[in-house]
Amino acid sequence: MGQPRAMALGTTALVLALALGGCNREHRALQPKPAAETGPKGLTLTQLHAGQAAPMPSDPRAKEYAGNAQHIANGQTYYMWFNCVGCHFNGGGGIGPPLMDAEWRYGGEMEQIYASIVQGRPNGMPAFKDKIPEAQVWEIAAYVKSLSGDVDRLAAPSRPEAMRATGPINNQNRQEPQKGDPAAATSGTTR
Amino acid sequence: MIRTVAIVLAALALCACSGFQTMLDPAGDQARDIDVVWKTMLVVCGVMYVLVLGFLAWALWRARGAGRLAPDPITGETPADPQLRRSLTGWTALIAAGLVVLTTVSFLVDRSLAEAGPGPLKIKVTGNQWWWLIEYEGDLPSENVLTANELHLPAGRPAVIELRANDVIHSFWVPNLSGKEDLIPGRINYIAVTPRRIGDFRGQCAEFCGLQHAKMAFDVRVDTQKDFEAWMRRQTTSAANPTDARAVTGKQVFNSKACVMCHRIQGTDAGGTTGPDLTHLKSRRHIAAGTLPNDRGSLQAWIADPQGIKPGTKMPRVPLSADELNAVVAYLETLK
Repeated sequence: MGQPRAMALGTTALVLALALGGCNREHRALQPKPAAETGPKGLTLTQLHAGQAAPMPSDPRAKEYAGNAQHIANGQTYYMWFNCVGCHFNGGGGIGPPLMDAEWRYGGEMEQIYASIVQGRPNGMPAFKDKIPEAQVWEIAAYVKSLSGDVDRLAAPSRPEAMRATGPINNQNRQEPQKGDPAAATSGTTR
Repeated sequence: MIRTVAIVLAALALCACSGFQTMLDPAGDQARDIDVVWKTMLVVCGVMYVLVLGFLAWALWRARGAGRLAPDPITGETPADPQLRRSLTGWTALIAAGLVVLTTVSFLVDRSLAEAGPGPLKIKVTGNQWWWLIEYEGDLPSENVLTANELHLPAGRPAVIELRANDVIHSFWVPNLSGKEDLIPGRINYIAVTPRRIGDFRGQCAEFCGLQHAKMAFDVRVDTQKDFEAWMRRQTTSAANPTDARAVTGKQVFNSKACVMCHRIQGTDAGGTTGPDLTHLKSRRHIAAGTLPNDRGSLQAWIADPQGIKPGTKMPRVPLSADELNAVVAYLETLK
């Protein structure tokens, strides 16, 4: 075997070995960690309180759930199953406000969406505390956040888990969350 | 020693020939027809196989004397050529006959599988990741039956099963009763089964459908017409109100926690449709689509940690205290 041929073979083997690294796109966490059973506490919804505005508590799980294709896709499934679709429709809104625009009345961060689902909001949004397990709330929050294109492009799934009327999540136009809303403005967003 | 092992293994292999999930033990018209195709193919292909190997061995044996057969200088034929022509003609005729037999049998059986027979029972089966929704259409809406993972059929009456899927492609397969038919999202397929023998069988999803494809099975019970009708009547009744104190608590827990969001219990506030109907849960032999026997321990294990038993299942772990878990299971055990 000649020297160049050995070199070529070696290079091919090396490239193939490196390509194997691409197989593990993401970790599928099927079992929520025990830590995931507590929601963000002390979330502020209004500017009106004594002293300085409290910073929004950030939850490490927000990043974990928003950056994982499986969680976002599950969120889409649960969005249907828990009947979010009944009021918010496929994001366009109807009985409830639209979710696919960039306007966030109660904040567009993961922690804020989580809190809106768990605590409920005035004028019709029910509180889903205890009705939806917390890990699933996080997944729904990740999907709701992705509806306005505010999603990690590498994590966004390209197909839904079932037949849906909506386009692929990774194909949404990204819209900057608007900061005009008082709750969103004081929520300590780092954008 | 080796002979003993071989005999034992062969005897063990025979055990596979009968059972509650095998196509070799047909218990319905369609499975019997398919069995005919299978046996015809076995005989035709087996005979051809033996013949081919036999002729090959003969040719090899004959080749030892081939040097003596010099070709005729004018016609170019060897003394063996006329014989070769005759055997090739016979061989071609044999292949044609074998193919005609296979084609005819397969065509006739295909036609018979498409015929349901008169007055069929109408059943709707919907595949979900990873369980089966089963609906019986009654004469009146109040006679409709909604159940999951357990198919009941009367012996001797044809049934037409309408197959749908909610998420991905599944495949309906009860080997003892019929062949496979896919459940495809967005379209409706049909399969006809006419069970003949009373007994318990098992169906299994036969199209890879995700993480828990292997644990997507269902029970099939073939009953007499009378027993089947009695079962149908029981299934249309609402769940009885629990009387035991713990079961009463369990009902409250069930209706105030996430359980109620997905499961339906007829006669109560629980009306979710995304999970299996639990109205007559304890009348079924297995839980979690043929995964666990339907007893108290399995119910507790399943509710406490569904992801540990079927990793990836759509049923989430619902945080319950030990008392709440016991109460919910006590309530579920009243759902007879």
